[in-house]
Amino acid sequence: MTATQEPGLKEAPTQEIGRDRRRKEDQRLITGRTRWTDNIVLPGMLHIAMVRSPFAHARITGVDTEAAKAAPNVVDVFTGSEVADVQGVIANAWPLSAEQKAPDHPPMAVDRVAFAGEIVAVVVARSAAEAQDAAELIDVEYDELPAVIDLKRAAADDVLAHPDLGTNISSVWTLDSAEGGTGGNVDEAIAEARENGIVIEREYRQQRLIPAFMEPRSTVVDPTGEQYVVWSATQIPHIARFLLAATTGTPESKIRYIAPDVGGGFGGKLQTTPEEWLTFLAAKRTGKPVKYTESRSESLMSGHHGRDQWQRLTLAATKEGRVTGLKVDLLADMGAYIGIVGGGVPVLGAWMFNSIYKWDAYRFTTTQVLTNKTWVDAYRGAGRPEATYGIERLMTELAAELGKDPLEVREMNWIKHDEFPFTTVAGMTYDSGDYEAATARSKELFGYDELRAEQQRRRDAGDPVQLGIGVSTYTEMCGLAPSRVLGQLNYGAGGWEHAEIRMLPTGKVEVITGTSPHGQGHETAWSQIVADRLGVPFEDVEVLHGDTQISVRGLDTYGSRSLVIGGEALVRAADKVVERAKPLAAHMLEASPDDLEFAGGRLQVRGTDQGVTIQEVATAAWTAHDLPDGLEPNLDASATYDPVNFSFPHGTHLCAMEVDTETGRVRMRKYVAVDDIGNIVNPLIVSGQVHGGLVQGISQALWEEAVHDEGGTLVSGTLVDYLLPTAADTISFETDHTTSPSTTNTLGTKGVGEAGTIASTPAVVNAIVDAVRHLGVTDIRMPCSPERVWRAIQQAQKGAGQ
Amino acid sequence: MTRISLTVDGHQVADDVEPRMLLVQYLRERLGKTGTVVGCDTSNCGACTVHLNGSSVKSCNVLAVQADGGEVTTIEGLAKDGELHPVQEAFRECHGLQCGYCTPGMIMQAVDLLKENPHPSEEAIRAGLEGNLCRCTGYHNIVRAVQHAAEQTSHQHPEGVGA
Repeated sequence: MTATQEPGLKEAPTQEIGRDRRRKEDQRLITGRTRWTDNIVLPGMLHIAMVRSPFAHARITGVDTEAAKAAPNVVDVFTGSEVADVQGVIANAWPLSAEQKAPDHPPMAVDRVAFAGEIVAVVVARSAAEAQDAAELIDVEYDELPAVIDLKRAAADDVLAHPDLGTNISSVWTLDSAEGGTGGNVDEAIAEARENGIVIEREYRQQRLIPAFMEPRSTVVDPTGEQYVVWSATQIPHIARFLLAATTGTPESKIRYIAPDVGGGFGGKLQTTPEEWLTFLAAKRTGKPVKYTESRSESLMSGHHGRDQWQRLTLAATKEGRVTGLKVDLLADMGAYIGIVGGGVPVLGAWMFNSIYKWDAYRFTTTQVLTNKTWVDAYRGAGRPEATYGIERLMTELAAELGKDPLEVREMNWIKHDEFPFTTVAGMTYDSGDYEAATARSKELFGYDELRAEQQRRRDAGDPVQLGIGVSTYTEMCGLAPSRVLGQLNYGAGGWEHAEIRMLPTGKVEVITGTSPHGQGHETAWSQIVADRLGVPFEDVEVLHGDTQISVRGLDTYGSRSLVIGGEALVRAADKVVERAKPLAAHMLEASPDDLEFAGGRLQVRGTDQGVTIQEVATAAWTAHDLPDGLEPNLDASATYDPVNFSFPHGTHLCAMEVDTETGRVRMRKYVAVDDIGNIVNPLIVSGQVHGGLVQGISQALWEEAVHDEGGTLVSGTLVDYLLPTAADTISFETDHTTSPSTTNTLGTKGVGEAGTIASTPAVVNAIVDAVRHLGVTDIRMPCSPERVWRAIQQAQKGAGQ
Repeated sequence: MTRISLTVDGHQVADDVEPRMLLVQYLRERLGKTGTVVGCDTSNCGACTVHLNGSSVKSCNVLAVQADGGEVTTIEGLAKDGELHPVQEAFRECHGLQCGYCTPGMIMQAVDLLKENPHPSEEAIRAGLEGNLCRCTGYHNIVRAVQHAAEQTSHQHPEGVGA
């Protein structure tokens, strides 16, 4: 935003919220003054190398570590069987129900490995190179067992990923609108549609992805003080500290967890990892600081993966195109173990398949299946991109069936702006939104009608390069999550967030947040919020986070929760500071606290110009020379906020793709994202979140896939093979916003971290299919590589010819 | 061990190094130049990009011994006398970074790109940054930052912003 001032006029106090402040974080990051975990060096520090299983499923029959132990500068070597009782366990914090079947998950395999890449031995040496050299001297004998790699085969239970469990089915979870009283019976709706309407049945594949944060994970553990200090490249220092204590028997009060500079996460660092637990164990055993930093190849192989579902979908509609019901059957690949929240990620789709639409009947079932692959857990969007993909592909298919514009069919079914708050067929209450406004703006920016006309011209001319237009009108649920809801879903923790404000005697303000940013710019946005709320300069606010000895309470950063929950905690803490300041300010002004008003950072006697700044009151509290009787000399305040509901950002994304029908090559022509994320604290940061999210979603549509061979080896195990997009693969985007403030938090915010990723994947695939639908193509499996696009065209043509 | 001596960010250094030691390891582990980071093990990501004798290199792809006698500039040596380099300034101005992990390499590559081509088209910028991966920004604002740096400098230094 630009504000011009009349020359000579004194600058009025600027409202910080809504300003495109440049980030406080950047000065360090652009000059290389950084504190990544791998940068940390401590006196006498030792280094770890991991020995990993090359087999997807095998019994460990022997480990010979003698040669490694004798190698130069090796300090310690240990195997799973040697530390079985003390290594702790990797948590499965969202079991969904007591009936869930989950394998034990030790940090290091004890007698059996269940995926290729699982750790079987640890070498600790004076240098990382010496640890790696020694690790190669370890001889592990394996007795290979049958492995189940393919998700559908695993669901058939022919081969078991964990024979002791007796099945690969970990859990089955259902939401049914008839049973839950939120709608009708879906089978009746489908039967009716088969008689008198339209039924669309599709099976979609959500391929396996890898979060691929840029900073490889790293952990340093220092055991030399009274508390163990753990630095880790994690999104969740608070949760990790709790779980490390809970699973190793170390008192929580003896563990200090620090997430220093963390280089991206996208859910991939929402995990407690074997590597963290084993580094902790190595430090305990040796009594020395120990570091482990993974290589990129290790990261791709053993850091958790995302998505990986088969979706069987049946949509019922009237002949006119009004949807009457949706039945969803998911198969979700968990991989070899149930990760921290992996068991519940597919379940988040239950409230998202109905998206922005109104219909009468709904049934969602998800079956979680174990296989002998790297385990699957949260990846940007976590359950919601999968659901959005399914429904947005289906709505486009319905439109094609009807021969109508995909936006017209959506509008026929979506919740109108005057119907909010609206309780959906899945039982969720959306507080606000305006799908008409976002769609109108998006069409305008996109030049929708012009591009449709061009599409028609190119179709009529038989242009070998066809144009397709893809639509995605998504919503998502952000702000994870109301603790009571999490309890009902058998989640292992609450969903509140915490903030604290310290008023320093010099007038500076320290803000402590329980959220744990790793690129999102909280230091800037939180400063803006507090600057407005307390009327202090933006520059005077210092935001502290990520160290459990400073940020004592918190539930960290994931699920687009930091602003909507953590920001609300911040607002409430700031308001408490003002309340605490009032008695002292009144005393200083010789007035009654009831006569004071707070505005622009000043506590002022109403109707006069008598007042003091909150920073002056903070100084007076610190000197404490002249306080009212009984008043504590302290303005600091904290607040813990548990949300009452989720928030529901939405938007309309439009994508134009060119498809070369002769080669299958696709090229993005234009992408417009109009998002309604409620009120915006910093539009610059928001735009960055949207752009980055878009590319991750686009990348799922076009490039990324984690591929295992039949033996369970990850063949896309380096950045040569796992295709992350480059600047040359992507285009510039057009983004804008409509604003329907959330009604469930003070700032009216909704969350933006995952929106782009959730929305963009179906927009791209819908555009590609749209470009070649006239050739008979109705689906192309992701990633839509030239080969897949070409084959889809060839097959459709062959079908048409017969 | 092999003796090497070189200039890093304007300072003369000399060390005995193992022949297998990579330049990036030398910078990080021996000199404490931790502003330069490692993001992969296949020379795809470009996070470790520095300048060697005035041109960008991926320092994971150069042995320390190959830099013997050379001049290395890292992200830590780019700002002069407390003044940010125009490309650094542009990355902040245009929000060209989020987590910041790819940023040192991205900035060093962008400086090299602008030295070669002071007024690049968007397409040339995108092609010039192809060897540097970013997972946060979707590249949109990185491209803006490079354009911004080119514009700023063409006002001040018509000859370009090369280091």
